[in-house]
Amino acid sequence: MRYAFWPGCVSRAGTPELYPAATAVAEKIGMELIELEQASCTGAGVLGERNEELVDTLNARNFALAEQMGLDTLLTICSTCQGVMSSVNYKLREKPDYLAKINESLAEEGLEYKGTVRVTHMMWAVVEELGLSNLKEMVVRPLNGLKIAPFYGCYILRPRYVLGMNEEHAHRDQYLEYIIEALGGEPIDYEGKLRCCGFPIMTINEANGLKMVSNHTLEAKDMGAHALVTPCPLCHLNLDEFQPKAAKSAGKPINMPVLHLPQMIGTALGFSVRDMGLQRHIVSTEPFIELSGMPRR
Amino acid sequence: MDVTLKVKRFDPETDEAAHFEEYQVDLPEYGAVLDGLLAIRDEQDGSLSMRCSCRSAICGSCAMKINGKSRLACKTMVSQLKELEGDVISVEPMGNQPVIKDLVVNMDMFWDKVNAVQPYLRPEGPVPEKEYLVSNESMMELAVAMNCIMCGACVSDCTVLEVDKSFLGPAALAKAFRFAGDPRDGHKEERLQLYTEPNGVWDCTRCFMCVSACPKDVAPMERIMDVRAMAMEAGLVNTRGARHVDAFASSVKHSGRLNELNLALKTFGFIRAGIDLAPMGIRRLFKRRLPPLMHKKIATAKNIARLFDKLGV
Ligand code: FES
Repeated sequence: MRYAFWPGCVSRAGTPELYPAATAVAEKIGMELIELEQASCTGAGVLGERNEELVDTLNARNFALAEQMGLDTLLTICSTCQGVMSSVNYKLREKPDYLAKINESLAEEGLEYKGTVRVTHMMWAVVEELGLSNLKEMVVRPLNGLKIAPFYGCYILRPRYVLGMNEEHAHRDQYLEYIIEALGGEPIDYEGKLRCCGFPIMTINEANGLKMVSNHTLEAKDMGAHALVTPCPLCHLNLDEFQPKAAKSAGKPINMPVLHLPQMIGTALGFSVRDMGLQRHIVSTEPFIELSGMPRR
Repeated sequence: MDVTLKVKRFDPETDEAAHFEEYQVDLPEYGAVLDGLLAIRDEQDGSLSMRCSCRSAICGSCAMKINGKSRLACKTMVSQLKELEGDVISVEPMGNQPVIKDLVVNMDMFWDKVNAVQPYLRPEGPVPEKEYLVSNESMMELAVAMNCIMCGACVSDCTVLEVDKSFLGPAALAKAFRFAGDPRDGHKEERLQLYTEPNGVWDCTRCFMCVSACPKDVAPMERIMDVRAMAMEAGLVNTRGARHVDAFASSVKHSGRLNELNLALKTFGFIRAGIDLAPMGIRRLFKRRLPPLMHKKIATAKNIARLFDKLGV
């Protein structure tokens, strides 16, 4: 499959290990990613608080860039980008008059969004387009004996109607479990998996955000998880980078490795610690690395 | 239709902790979860406690957690649950509020928070001879928030209230929007000031839980975002939340992409950011994980800036 590719800002800056891991895995599983070099930030839900029309225009511009390249599916590796893009796309397709107005703004750059783009996330594409049985066949180092806690992040779960989960894709809230199983691991079930990581309030009410981090990671730990996996780099930032601080305020050690989804897939497909950038996390991924038996480089 | 309901029971007079009990009931195809609970109470165990009244999603009495999600028991169809979520249906009291007995929670906190936002009109100036006149459009915007039936489902699922009971929460803040936006009210600025204080609109994590839970499409989180926008429009920009939004906007306007380093510096102020973020910077240094210090513009950044200007941001 060929995709227009939008990696998001965080996958190259805040969590710089994600971009190389995701593109390496994509190549291995036959996803051809054509990066939208001139795409802009989606607004991450934040910009929309200032001006909704601006966010709709910026995202329509990104969609138009994909159309211009003759691509009908726009793939991202960030749940948050995906959430914004899906909801803008939903709105623009529902309201042709509004889309026409947005297109007037885009015309100055010679762009027009025709409304043909489909938004997807790598997690969805792996299940829906690659297929779990194909993925299974590619596994060379199954995650045997590894218990993994799925952590979705809000924007790939809600609101369901925007994410196609009221219609044909009702099970998108179980894909992480499906993928963990296909790779030979054991998904663990816990309350926190569908909740918020706390990232959006870290600059506003850090104490609350940290409590969310410690609640979810400690719950996963209690359930015996060896690692937590997420399709969202913002969740990763919070659950990994702020974990030491969260452990301090919770008054107990946590040490829960947090993996990006492509890193977990890559581990089972034979990539090394280096390839996947697992040595670059804030919380040590050593326990996971050792149990998985993956090579260092 | 045979139905299995797993109901969380708790009697403060006899139980140390809550526990699940399983019941089988026979319901018609069109049966709702509430019908199942009433059947249990009428035919099997008269001590099962719950709140309900209208049985038609109007009074807002019967919110509870059904298969882990907060919903109205009278509006949730058993046949649909069986088809989409499996044969056994679990029923628990709402979250974030203390349980009185079985499925009944103490909603004092809910009402206290609603009261705290002054949920009544406070007009200014001379009282008109007849009624206040307002345009249709201005009321249409508020109509979504007026659909609230005060069931508490949003509060039950709120992820911030889970960690901090002092947050005003989705129901009260949706109500806040309804009055801050009312053209007849004379205290808009005072209200916005109140709603943007700590524990107010800026404490929301934007997790969409309340949007999913609301049985009346009030979408409380969207209303919270509306109040944030109103407050920034009214010039209340000296909160950390508003500074974060502005720093975010200026970064994207400048380069087309988000510059995280800059964002932190501008949101926290240079000194606090230095003190607070330094340990993280050092940790990152050890892991060779620093974000690029030189933030690159995309080639068409000028076009992005033009769109910002055009829309007045
Ligand atoms: S009984 Fe009135 S809303 Fe359910």
